[in-house]
Amino acid sequence: MTTATHYLPASRRWAWLANPTLRRFMRHKLAVLGVVMITVLILACVFGPYLLHYNDLSIDIRNRFAPPFTGNHYLGTDALGRDTAARLLNAGRISLMVGFCAMLISIVIGTLIGVIAGYYRGWIGAGLMRFVDAFLSFPSVFLVLVLAAFTKPSPMVITLIIAVTSWMEISRIVEAEIRSLRERDFTLAARMIGASSRWIMFRELMPNAIGPIIVAATLTIANAILLEAYISFLGYGIQPPLPSWGNMLNAAQQYLGKAPWLAIIPGLAITLAVTSFNFIGDGLRDALDGRSDLK
Amino acid sequence: MPNYILNRLGQSAVVLVLVSLIGFMVLNLAPGGPMSQFALNPGMSQAELDRIAEQLGLKRPLLVQYIDWFSHLFVGDWGHSFRDGRPVLSVIAGHLPATLLLMGTSTLLSIVIGTWVGVLGAVRRYSVFDTLATVGAMVALSIPTFWFGLVAIFFFSLHLGWLPAGNMYTIGDQSLGDYAIHLVLPVLVLALVNVAIWSRYMRSATLDVIDQDFVRTARAKGVPYRRVLTHHVIRNALLPMITLAGLQIPTILGGALVTETVFTWPGMGRLFLDSLGYSDYPVIMGILMFSAVLVLLGNLLADLLIGVADPRVRLA
Repeated sequence: MTTATHYLPASRRWAWLANPTLRRFMRHKLAVLGVVMITVLILACVFGPYLLHYNDLSIDIRNRFAPPFTGNHYLGTDALGRDTAARLLNAGRISLMVGFCAMLISIVIGTLIGVIAGYYRGWIGAGLMRFVDAFLSFPSVFLVLVLAAFTKPSPMVITLIIAVTSWMEISRIVEAEIRSLRERDFTLAARMIGASSRWIMFRELMPNAIGPIIVAATLTIANAILLEAYISFLGYGIQPPLPSWGNMLNAAQQYLGKAPWLAIIPGLAITLAVTSFNFIGDGLRDALDGRSDLK
Repeated sequence: MPNYILNRLGQSAVVLVLVSLIGFMVLNLAPGGPMSQFALNPGMSQAELDRIAEQLGLKRPLLVQYIDWFSHLFVGDWGHSFRDGRPVLSVIAGHLPATLLLMGTSTLLSIVIGTWVGVLGAVRRYSVFDTLATVGAMVALSIPTFWFGLVAIFFFSLHLGWLPAGNMYTIGDQSLGDYAIHLVLPVLVLALVNVAIWSRYMRSATLDVIDQDFVRTARAKGVPYRRVLTHHVIRNALLPMITLAGLQIPTILGGALVTETVFTWPGMGRLFLDSLGYSDYPVIMGILMFSAVLVLLGNLLADLLIGVADPRVRLA
């Protein structure tokens, strides 16, 4: 496709800008704001640590509890005299990475179960959906905490734990979508030309359900970041000295009266990241739904 | 109608079995296992550990243990706490009222506020109020509950000194007013997310109803607008919210756990975290099961209620 675009006249090369989905997305101001905020946040986390005067583990013992804007400590220091800005950005790398990877894994699990359950409506579908119901009956924080408490919490384990407890909503969405798609004529046509069930499920039905999956993916990142923050805050997630937004808040809790900025700053970062993804998800939902033009 | 109820009951029973199976397997297959707490004690010999495992029935095949445990659930024997040997059900019952008080007050508050915000947003669609409510709800959903709690404590307790920072009552003073003042912050923090969710759903439910013919008919008959709203629109818009209330239980329970931790509230969430720290398997298992049963019952009740309240559901 890219090579084909290359030979297009200049006037056509920008034709993708006229894509109705993109146009609808760009019209959603909050979604665009979300994209801008999350881009800035990611760039800051990736490149920011190289521009600071301190790394996230170096201890400046004479400047403990420095408030923001003390010397080169732009966001102050914590109880050990570590630079808050450096910790915040390094924590962002971990928190965002955990959220993103957990989303990828739970999308795979959720889509797989959703597609199969929607395609085989009989006892396989019903059985799988009861399984989904069972997982949904546990408050996810409870389940994540149990799993995290009994395993050695490394970022990878935490990612896996979050993934295996947040795929259920995706399954439900995909199942409903597939169930309606499989009644459509193109499915019948595919079956008539002798396509196997696997082909129909993953080559015909799944690509047609991609819109809701993308929306769910965006909202899943938001929830995964929140879940990581919850369990790290409660002490069962990412373990110090490795920083994460959640465990920075855990450490800040006892100094709330003395150094409130230690609690306020990481919380703002979490809120900013999660809000961005929620805004983007909302914009995508409107953009991928062609009917929103009619409103 | 009976068919619909039976079907729903059957589904719930299947889910209940799956829930217990998942919970049991997660706990028992996790590294360490139920004996990890005892194995930490250096004064224990292998023979003693073996004896304890034998006594607790941990030497039997996992499936036998599961069936034994599951069948005892129904006669009210949920095992005994590793920590103090008390029956799990009575340990949970001791912490339940605090959680129910917190959840109940906060849910009631969020339903009232959420309904009001949602209906107003729908009636004045795309107004300044509606836009603010929409953006506000999305931001509220993105704020970590515990962080909001910390900020609230900092501002209202440490900075202004108006409200207590934690606990359910002051020792020595357990008057109603004392409970109430301790309840304010946790309830507000827990309500934030629920108001956001409730108002969003209420807005779209109201929008679904407000353009329907019966609303126009009522207006045409000359019924005042306010009365149309309260007697025709809101009553119908609240119907799907019954289902939503059932579906929200896990979120509220999870939120309660985090809120209780921040405010040292002596409820089930605190108990759960304490038990995790002690590897108190029977209690952890009990709380997992208890919350799952609560969620299942809530959903079931919501589905039955909507069948009673909305005849269209019964026929479908």
